[in-house]
Amino acid sequence: MIEIKNLHARIAEDGTEILKGLNLTVRPGEVAAIMGPNGSGKSTLSYVMAGKEDYEVTEGDILFNGESILGMEPDERAAAGLFLAFQYPVEIPGVPTMNFLKAAMNAQRKARGESELTTPDFIKRVKGAAANLGISMDMLKRSLNTGFSGGEKKRAEILQMSLLEPTFCVMDETDSGLDIDALKVVADGVNALRSPERAFLVITHYQRLLEHIVPDTVHVLYKGRIIKTGGKELALQLEEEGYADIIGEAA
Amino acid sequence: MNTRPQLMLTAGETALVDALAAAGSPAAETLRKEIVLRGLPTRRVEAWHYTDLRALMKAFPAQSGKAGNAVAMPELVAAAALDFAGNAFDSACLARLPQGVSGAAAHKPGDLPEGVEIADDMIGKLNRALFAAGVELSVAAGAKVETPIAIAQAVSGGTAQALCHAVTIGADAQVTVIERAGSDGAENHQNSVTHLAIGKGAKVTWLIHQELGTATDRLAQLNISLAEDANLTLLMLNAGGRLVRQEVHIAVNGENASLAIKGVNLIGAGSHTDVTTTLNHAVPNTTATELFRNVVPGAGRGVFQGQIRVAQPAQKTDAQMACNTLLLSDESDFSAKPELEIFADDVVCAHGATVADIEDEHLFYLRARGIPEREARALLVKAFVEEVFEDIGNEPLSEALVGRIETWLDRNG
Ligand SMILES: Nc1ncnc2c1ncn2[C@@H]1O[C@H](COP(=O)(O)OP(=O)(O)OP(=O)(O)O)[C@@H](O)[C@H]1O
Ligand SMILES: [Mg+2]
Repeated sequence: MIEIKNLHARIAEDGTEILKGLNLTVRPGEVAAIMGPNGSGKSTLSYVMAGKEDYEVTEGDILFNGESILGMEPDERAAAGLFLAFQYPVEIPGVPTMNFLKAAMNAQRKARGESELTTPDFIKRVKGAAANLGISMDMLKRSLNTGFSGGEKKRAEILQMSLLEPTFCVMDETDSGLDIDALKVVADGVNALRSPERAFLVITHYQRLLEHIVPDTVHVLYKGRIIKTGGKELALQLEEEGYADIIGEAA
Repeated sequence: MNTRPQLMLTAGETALVDALAAAGSPAAETLRKEIVLRGLPTRRVEAWHYTDLRALMKAFPAQSGKAGNAVAMPELVAAAALDFAGNAFDSACLARLPQGVSGAAAHKPGDLPEGVEIADDMIGKLNRALFAAGVELSVAAGAKVETPIAIAQAVSGGTAQALCHAVTIGADAQVTVIERAGSDGAENHQNSVTHLAIGKGAKVTWLIHQELGTATDRLAQLNISLAEDANLTLLMLNAGGRLVRQEVHIAVNGENASLAIKGVNLIGAGSHTDVTTTLNHAVPNTTATELFRNVVPGAGRGVFQGQIRVAQPAQKTDAQMACNTLLLSDESDFSAKPELEIFADDVVCAHGATVADIEDEHLFYLRARGIPEREARALLVKAFVEEVFEDIGNEPLSEALVGRIETWLDRNG
């Protein structure tokens, strides 16, 4: 589904290389977890996949269903089925959340040659998805993410993911900022989306999320490369021992 | 010996001088002599520093207020409309006035409301010199007027017109007034001065709605006095026009008076749009907020001058002013000049002016959800300006204003 081959990416502004030959393959239906110390390049990887202009790919490729996405605009990647749940969703004052959801859903439908949703159909879908995630309709009347609590922002990201039905979902520290109950609600939301056609890349620092969303593979990202890959037991090992040994091994 | 080199008049000044000669009134003759001698105000005159009238007033139509001026103007909400047929107030309109409101044609320009002082008042001089018509309205004390009243100025076909209105709001009355200006694509000139005296405890919503053709010049002024406990919400939507200057001069004369100004300026290519406000706080315990949001998509220029004066007795004044601009191209330009003159010591006054482009982080977020760049930009521009009219306490009016903004942005954004 996703094949990242020898990916090198740098910050466009100053040329600092952040991703330094990263390799990663995620198969349809797979949940892959990425762990790694602060500053190792996890968010950068997610941004490069989503097409943020702040980064330049200097070498390597990202294939999505066998085709390179590097030449695609962010909105084209989204319409193709890629979704990034942001580590820090931005607040956009003045754009009502409902208008935004409708614009996003219809833009993607249009890009895929489907007809626009009728308003009742749209409302029905939002209500259903919001109820599953414990999001009030009042919150959705507010401006996008504006004044949302940390946990509310993360729930709103998963709401968008549920509504947009992507096939490849990158979740960047969706667990941070969530209380214990909310973590369970969000994990249930994600698990409900699991299917043989859909894959997930779950970036997290904590084993706790992975107890709820059980990964098939766990990868350690350090200084811009994947330095170790294993099964879900690798996450447990990291939780107990920290990164020192693995970093030592790789060095 | 006092020799002064003969001033070379610009094409606009020459046409204006001719129009003043044709008008023939004593006020017109005085102004004609002044302009022949000194010309129109330039950037060396402080009040006109960012709007050099001499350079910007490119023409002045010879024909004045011909009959049959018809420009279709968007109705925002159902209102009792007061129209002008050519240079005459159409008195038949008075029958439309709702209960509690009385009116009459004005036959001369009125006087400034108490406490309003205007420096370098070229708009007022032009208005007195070229006065054609106007309406005098008065809202009875205690009247709660539901139906908004709309005063319209529509000029077309290369016409100049100067109107002057006087509106008096009685104590504890409530009313909504819409001042509407429209024009076609010809080289028109509008001059409009309105004097508004708001009585004790009265609550007024006043909207200035201007949608002008790209060759229309409009010089307009709203002069306001607020008595004790009076409350004013002043909304403004300016769109289009070639040279547009809207002045608002407010004297806050009564204790516990409060006012909020919320304005949106949509400044198209080739437009020079200037909003100049002066607030004069004369007594203790008054509050004022001013919020302007401006969008300049192309080669247009905007100006905001906001002056707040707090006199020594006006303790506990709370005045806040903000002016935020989106410049969407390299050819867009905006100048903001906030000015605080504070002579009282126990006051809260603040002002902020920002000029920016759309935030990349916002744009990326929307695009990452599949919204194409053009559409995402439009959404963000709309959000930026529409926020101004979100909480104006009048849902239908708010929606109508947002509708006009969207129409304009779709065409010009
Ligand atoms: N646009 C940018 N400008 C400057 N530095 C950047 C930029 N993007 C990333 N970096 C730097 O690149 C490195 C990797 O950052 P990144 O956000 O990808 O780390 P991370 O693994 O997600 O960390 P965390 O666990 O703290 O979220 C950091 O040193 C960061 O400061
Ligand atoms: Mg990160």
